[in-house]
Parts: sequence; structure tokens; C-alpha cells
Amino acid sequence: MSRHLKEHGTPAVPPPPVSPGGLRLIVEGFFTQLLSLWRVFLHLFARRATIEYPEQKPYLPPRYRGRIVLTRDPDGQERCVACNLCAVACPVGCIALQKAETPDGRWYPEWFRINFSRCIYCGMCEEACPTYAIQLTPDYEMAEYDRRNMVYEKEHLLIAGQGKYPGYSFYRVAGLAIAGKPKGAAQHEEPPVDPRSLLP
Amino acid sequence: MSSERMALIGTILLAVVATAALLIWVERRMLGLWQDRWGPNRVGFLGLGQVVADMIKIFMKDDWIPPFADRPVFVIAPAIVMVTVLLAFAVVPIAPGVSVAGDWNVGVLFVLGMTSLAVYSVMLGGWASNNKYALLGAMRSTAQSISYEVFMGLALLGVVIQAGSFSLEDIVLAQQDGWFIGPQFLGFVLFLIAGLAETHRLPLDLPEAEHELTAGFHTEYSGMKFGMFFVGEYVAVILVSGLLTTLYFGGWLGPTWGLTLAGWSFMPLVWFVLKTGAFILFFILLRAAIPRPRYDQLMRFGWLVLLPLALLNTAVTGAFVLLRSGA
Repeated sequence: MSRHLKEHGTPAVPPPPVSPGGLRLIVEGFFTQLLSLWRVFLHLFARRATIEYPEQKPYLPPRYRGRIVLTRDPDGQERCVACNLCAVACPVGCIALQKAETPDGRWYPEWFRINFSRCIYCGMCEEACPTYAIQLTPDYEMAEYDRRNMVYEKEHLLIAGQGKYPGYSFYRVAGLAIAGKPKGAAQHEEPPVDPRSLLP
Repeated sequence: MSSERMALIGTILLAVVATAALLIWVERRMLGLWQDRWGPNRVGFLGLGQVVADMIKIFMKDDWIPPFADRPVFVIAPAIVMVTVLLAFAVVPIAPGVSVAGDWNVGVLFVLGMTSLAVYSVMLGGWASNNKYALLGAMRSTAQSISYEVFMGLALLGVVIQAGSFSLEDIVLAQQDGWFIGPQFLGFVLFLIAGLAETHRLPLDLPEAEHELTAGFHTEYSGMKFGMFFVGEYVAVILVSGLLTTLYFGGWLGPTWGLTLAGWSFMPLVWFVLKTGAFILFFILLRAAIPRPRYDQLMRFGWLVLLPLALLNTAVTGAFVLLRSGA
């Protein structure tokens, strides 16, 4: 083999198996066809591959990209800060929202609308979201008889829980000052430095 | 014609067409089971409502005739397949003395003639559609029919020689001391292949091969005209199954050859229905298991292998019958 390789540069290819011809082909063909008939027949007793859907639900992994929700932080406040990044990231432009501000300085969406008849469930909004507010869930049973019912408003999107990221609160980790949390009070945040001071 | 006879004819006609409609469901269920699925099991008990749903759907569909089609021929073509196949049923004996047309001494020839006429339906339908795919399907159908019609008739000759009659009833009665499947096994296989080609069933559904020709000869058909091709195919399946039963598996004769049970006068009908049903299921199994050959492969196989085998079968059977009669 190796000598052969040296001489010709390419490995020797074994000749293809000669398919039988004439009478042998007919007899062999007949019996192989009967064999495949028998094997297919035995599938009558095999296990079904079907998942009978409405009664029997398929397993969906937790990160399945289904119905979109808006989550809350551990204090029960809305996580969404109405930054509009999800709406920008959305390739089909199905997200629309309007920013508003609370008296204590927090931003929140005045209204938040997702048109699920356009949504392609790509998850770009979830990736773009800086506050883990918008999340996709393993739920796909969203069929409607009326197309207009596919447009979800904020009250349909907002859930009571925290979704996939429990314990995360944007205002606790962010350096933004709001009422009751001055600069430097966030987690792992250094106290603010006075650049005009000469003291060490 | 007496009213009893009319009732019998009506019953047979209705039973055949109803069975053909039921086969839509049976086929889908069985194909599903053989492919590790369940098939349609939602509508009604065991999915039997699927038959009704399919019928409603096909009756409600827009029956569109393409403006470029040859209108009269286009309309007549689907009727031909139904008429010829149902007419062929007239001579199939379902029980002793029970058939639509009675016992004809040219029964086998009549069936062969009628099934050959059914090819015109495909040819005319494909030609009148004025569509490339339909024309290709019709052309294949023609080529296929000249390949299998010859050995189809020759394959039956063995049975006719053994029974000494063209009458289907005589052929059944000739099998009282042993079905023809034994001595005529080669003929049976040949006729089975020819029957498959005749009904355009997979694996020999070349005229409508949907992977190659969209839908072949009935590409342009819709609504009930398509439905007639569809049901006509199933009626043809029942016909070929009934013929295989009659010619090779003893027709209405049960395994208790010669022994008659008093008060069990309906048993012949039960045997006939059971055997025919088994063949119908076998046809569906063939569809589930065997891939479709290429179009030239089929013609080559028909002319170079099956035709010589059919001739051999005829000659050997004739020689045996002559030897046994001491000529």
C-alpha cells in the first residue's frame, strides 16, 4: 500500500462491487423487495414517533423563544427603562413604546406595544435589553381568530415575576441617581470623587 | 329486469363506491402506521369522519376548467375511468351466482378490455389539459400500458388454461380442489405487477409521479373531476384486488373446500370480502415499502423480463394440462 502510494501518489481505490446481472438480479431483487415489504410491515407494531399535541405537550427548553414578556425586578417594580433599544434592534419593527418618567427620576414606558402578527421570535430584543426587562418565554399557544388581538399592550406583556434573571435590579447596580439612592450608593459603586479637591 | 336484480346491482355499486371512499381513510391510516405515525385519527371515531370531511371538501372545491384546455375531452376523461372500472366490476363474482352482469363466458376478456379502455381516460385527460406535465404523464401512461397490457393478458392465460374457461365463476369453481396461487404462482406475481401498473399505484405510478411531474396527467384537474380520478384509482384497486382473489385465491371459496355449513349462506361473501380486503392492504403496503422505478426501467423490465416469463408460464401450463389430459 505505502509503496503504491509512493509510486502513484494516490491511494489505490478498491473496485466498486459488481452488481449482479441477469437471472441473479431478478431473483435477488425479488427477495430483497419481499424483505423490505416485511420490514415495513413490522413497523405496524413499532413505537409511534407522533406526539399527540393538544393532549400531550412537547418539552420546551427554558430558553425557548416564544411569547415575549416584560418582567419586574425583585421589588416588584418594572424593569423596563424605556430606552427603546429593543425597538431599534427588532428586525421587523414590531415593538413600539413611549418613554415616561416618575417623580423620583426613574424612566418607564408609558405604553408598550408588541405586534405579534409581525414578530418573528428572533430574540434580538432580549439580547439588546440592558435591564433584562424584555424576555422570551417557552409559550407558543398564541393563535387568535382576529388579527387585531395579536397586538399586545403593556398590560398583556407585563408579568408579576422576574423571569429568567431572578435577583437582578437595574437601579441597584446602576450609577444613576434617583430619589432615595444618591450617587455612589449602588452595589460595588465607589463613592463619587470630587475632582477639585486636593485631599488624597 | 326484476327489482331484486336492480337492488343487487345498486347494492354492489354502492358498496364498491363507498369502499373506495373509505379507502381514502384506510390508506392514510395504514401509511401512517407503517411510517411510525398515527395517520388521521382526529375527526370522529378512529378518524373515520375524515372520509366525510374529505368528501365535503372535494365537493365544495372550485371545479375549474383551464381556458386553454380542450373542454369536451377534458370533461369526459375523468368519467371514462369511473365508467370503465365500474363496468369491469360487472363480471366479478362476489358469491356463487352473485354478480352484477351474471356469469359471462367471456368474463376475463371483458375485464381486460375494460381495464385497457381505462388508459384512454389518462391519455385523454393528459392531452386535453394542454399542459406539459399532464402531457408527459399521459405519454408515460401510454408507454406503460403498452408494456404491461401484453403480459397482463398472458399472465392470465395460465389460469384460463387450467380452468378451461374464460368465465370468472367457472375459474372460481375450478379452484375447489386447490387455489391457483400454487400452480400459477408465477402468473400471480406477473398479474400483480400488471395490476399495480394498471391502477397507477405506487411503485408504478409513473403517469402521476408527483415528485417529477407535479401531479402528472391530472395536474390541471380540480374539484370533483380530480375526485373522479382519485376515486377511480381506488375503485381500480378494489377491482384488481377482487380479480386477484377470484383468479388466484379461490374467490368466494373458504378454506373449508367443498364443505358447506348449513345456515352459513353468507360465508362466501365474507371470504370474498376478507381476501379482497387483504389484497387492498397489501397494495397499500407496497406503496409504503417499494420505491418507484424509472420510466425506462419499467418498460425494459416489462418487455425483457416479464413478457418472456409470461410466455414461459403460458407454455409450461399448457404443456402440463396437455400431459395430464393424456393427449
